[in-house]
Amino acid sequence: MNFDWLAGEVDDIGNFFAWHVALSVIPVLVALVLAVPIGWLVKQSGFLRPALLGTVGLLYTIPSLALFVLLPLVLGTQILDPLNVVVALTVYTLALLVRTVCDGLEAVSSDVLQAANAMGYRRIARFFRVELPLAVPVIGAGLRVAVVSNVSIVSIAALIGTPQLGSLFTEGLELHFLTPIFTGIILCVALAVLLDSLVLIITRQLTGWQPRT
Amino acid sequence: MIPWFTDPQHWNGSDAIGLLIGQHLIYSAAALAIALLIGFPIGLYVGHTRRGVVIVAGTANALRSLPSLGLIVMLVILFGPVFKSDLAYLVPCLIVLVLLAVPPIMTNTYAGIAAVDPASVDAARGMGYSPLGVLLHVELPCALPLIFSGIRSAALQVISTATIAAYVSLGGLGRLIIDGLAQRDYYEMVAGAILVGLLTLAVDLAIALASRLALSRGLVR
Repeated sequence: MNFDWLAGEVDDIGNFFAWHVALSVIPVLVALVLAVPIGWLVKQSGFLRPALLGTVGLLYTIPSLALFVLLPLVLGTQILDPLNVVVALTVYTLALLVRTVCDGLEAVSSDVLQAANAMGYRRIARFFRVELPLAVPVIGAGLRVAVVSNVSIVSIAALIGTPQLGSLFTEGLELHFLTPIFTGIILCVALAVLLDSLVLIITRQLTGWQPRT
Repeated sequence: MIPWFTDPQHWNGSDAIGLLIGQHLIYSAAALAIALLIGFPIGLYVGHTRRGVVIVAGTANALRSLPSLGLIVMLVILFGPVFKSDLAYLVPCLIVLVLLAVPPIMTNTYAGIAAVDPASVDAARGMGYSPLGVLLHVELPCALPLIFSGIRSAALQVISTATIAAYVSLGGLGRLIIDGLAQRDYYEMVAGAILVGLLTLAVDLAIALASRLALSRGLVR
């Protein structure tokens, strides 16, 4: 590690880190807001459910570099626009979360739903105050997978020129210099661990009713 | 877009479409085969004995958080002086592809074996199966659906990352995207992206089909 180089680049690296956080977190928030109603709809869809989940799952199979390249055609953006990266990661996170939300809602036992009905909950109130809170542990587990893989996928966007920690990898290869590469890898892993713990803590906060192990 | 695909220039020579697809498939298949050799036995062992569950889960999670592009670039620089010729980027790329493919195969094999109904395992033991017999004739066939889903995620991950490895001059469809970007030829990039997408789709379907053929009829309902 060349610490003199690091000291000189501190501002740039901080900038990359901030971009990386934004590019990994914004898609998760957008996808979560979209996945709850879509997951609920898929759960209600009966015999269409396997087909719908299969279609959503296909989105996840598109290689990330291919999606970064194809999105400008769909969105009408420039290839260098960070919006492409945000939309691509939202698509991936959504593909993961729709299934998770659906599974989580289905895991709520019918006894609980009947009890909620008997207590006078209407459909919407029952969803937000009984079903969704009970689905939080499953949704939280899906979110943890999503944030960790997002941090890794965002770094690939360096190949199409969006600035974030991945830029340290392309820079390192051009200069044939390991320090930026090590720095990028360490910061990516640290960010993944940080976001993972954050999701874990929030999930715990929201599920005070769950027995602690 | 269509003129790009009908241009004979893109079907012949050193970067012909067929050749790139072939390279992409060979690198991916090689990485997947090595990953199977490593991940499958470990998954079987951990699933059957329930020993080392924490280590397997921890390793899989740690590997998932490593940025693949960073690893590739790092290994290319580290191995550059060690190997001559093409091996200088082939070996690092293969190592990273294998590293990515091992966790899903390993954890799904373990989870599949661990999820087999204990009653079936007890019944097999009662019938006089040896521990190895239980593993091969009862646990393994019952765990196949999950094992195949692990192989599927591993294959998709490997194909996707092999595309990125074009950045360090690995052959395959990623060449079209990376070279297209360098030459500001957006059509070539889009062609590469479409072809990679179609390739993943085809591999996905092939694995689904293989999984259906391999499953014991008693397990399919």
